[in-house]
Amino acid sequence: MAPVLETVGLVKRFGGIAATNDVSLRIEKGARHALIGPNGAGKTTIINLLTGILRPTSGKILLDNEDITAIEPHQRVHRGIARTFQINQLFGELTPIETIGLAVSERMGTGRHWWRLVGRKPEVIDDVVALIEQFRLTDVMYHPTAILPYGKQRLLEIAVAIACRPRVLLLDEPAAGVPDAERHEILATVEALPKDVTVLLIEHDMDIVFSFADHISVLVNGALFTEGKPDEVARDPRVKAVYLGEAIDV
Amino acid sequence: MAQPLTNEIARYLAARVRWHPLEIAFWLAALASIFLLTNKHLILTEIAVLALFALSLDLILGYSGIISLGHAAYFGFGGYVAGLLAKHGIVTEPVLALIVSGLAAAVLGFVTSFLVLRGSDLTRLMVTLGVSLVLREIANQLDWLTGGADGLQGVVLAPVLGLFPFDIAGHVAYVYSLIVLFVMFLLARRIVNSPFGLSLRSLKGNPLRASAIGIPVNGRLVAIYTVAAAYAGVAGALLTQTTQFVSLDVFSFERSADVMLALVIGGTGYLYGGLIGSILFKLMQDYIANLTPQYWQFWIGLVLVLLVLVGRDRMTNWTTPIRGLFARIGPRGDHLAEGAQAPAADRP
Repeated sequence: MAPVLETVGLVKRFGGIAATNDVSLRIEKGARHALIGPNGAGKTTIINLLTGILRPTSGKILLDNEDITAIEPHQRVHRGIARTFQINQLFGELTPIETIGLAVSERMGTGRHWWRLVGRKPEVIDDVVALIEQFRLTDVMYHPTAILPYGKQRLLEIAVAIACRPRVLLLDEPAAGVPDAERHEILATVEALPKDVTVLLIEHDMDIVFSFADHISVLVNGALFTEGKPDEVARDPRVKAVYLGEAIDV
Repeated sequence: MAQPLTNEIARYLAARVRWHPLEIAFWLAALASIFLLTNKHLILTEIAVLALFALSLDLILGYSGIISLGHAAYFGFGGYVAGLLAKHGIVTEPVLALIVSGLAAAVLGFVTSFLVLRGSDLTRLMVTLGVSLVLREIANQLDWLTGGADGLQGVVLAPVLGLFPFDIAGHVAYVYSLIVLFVMFLLARRIVNSPFGLSLRSLKGNPLRASAIGIPVNGRLVAIYTVAAAYAGVAGALLTQTTQFVSLDVFSFERSADVMLALVIGGTGYLYGGLIGSILFKLMQDYIANLTPQYWQFWIGLVLVLLVLVGRDRMTNWTTPIRGLFARIGPRGDHLAEGAQAPAADRP
């Protein structure tokens, strides 16, 4: 099967350190692909390379076999790659309605309209309402994002990525810092994503990884260490040594 | 199923852009000043010009987070274009000349935006300052064209729209300036309340996320910088037309600094800040200059220091309580009060 997103020999150096070292990943269409590895393994760097925030030192990124290595971050969003951030990156002064509305209008190509007032496109509002309801943000939708509870901000973080209607969604520790009580809500929304959306998940919580992923890549010191189906990776004694062992012992 | 919520949100968004009673009062007062303050039309014209210039700065500073210490570059450029058009009889009708000057400043803004938008705030401060100083020196050197340090003499204008000749007491000039300010304000109000305007606020708040939802951050900044340059150019052209003179002083650092002061006094990011700030700044300047002609800048400086201390963390924040009051008593507040949720109540 053809991969929807692929990296070929991806390298990113910061000075003498190779944060990403010759990584060739293949992410199949519709996959639930997890990227795991110890702290500092370079997981977030890969997401930043895939989304164009960082430019690779060498190597290529292919989306549907098209080279997207050189294109701008916002263009990649229009091509169908969206992400969430490990640490919330939201617009503190804007409300959830405005935040999601921005992403929806940008997707519909009306975001640059300067002659039209906000809120005059029913199709934008319909999409916003659907997401607000799906992510249970109705009770806080008129509040500035900065004053929302952390769990709600986390939901908004995911909702605004989904609002881009990505074909490939990159989730960088979606449940990070969320109290256990609200955790399942976030995981439920992630699990409820349509099957045709390809998901690349970075996560530390092995329970989440093994319940969610159908394919796992293990990253160690910037390089791809091994990959395979969850049970293969779980059985691999070397993975246990470098990663799972560490996690289980703790 | 979701229809009631869609309607509610549409109503909420519509309420936020509806004209506030205080806004209407502000413009009615401006209209009244035409008839009630006939002996003040000269200074009122100066205020209107500064207000339009401050409106321009608010578009980039208040809404888009681009800080500039050289906004006089576009003001001065527009001023000289208007002066040259009139002097050489190319375009003598003021409104048309104003449009041409604004477009010329927009072109300059577009070209220089690529320099300005590189780098961080400090870089931008320096580059904008540099651009205005370079233009000033070019105008100085081209004295065959601009009159150099003596300024451009012989600016003669036709009647506005061919109907209203400028009079010596400045009545026509004031009405003309006020109408230009109002029309430009309407346009700015439309722009900041559009999806484009909302995207500016988003990328001011978080450019990383803005690009991650598909907003072309640099493209939007170039666009608003170009628009703001056009606004500044129209303001400069207005100054030339109403004084029938233009000199190197239009490019000066003081002019860039004054407009920044006026905007900060009024508060950034709600459009009226530049207008209110310009009134306060000019009145203060006028009053203090009468008391102590030599030291008025000392008092302006003192006021600025106090403002920033009151605003604490950000100089743009000191008007927040006033704006909160606006929000509470206006139609925006009404909507929130009658809605199913009452978020206004638990806002900090």
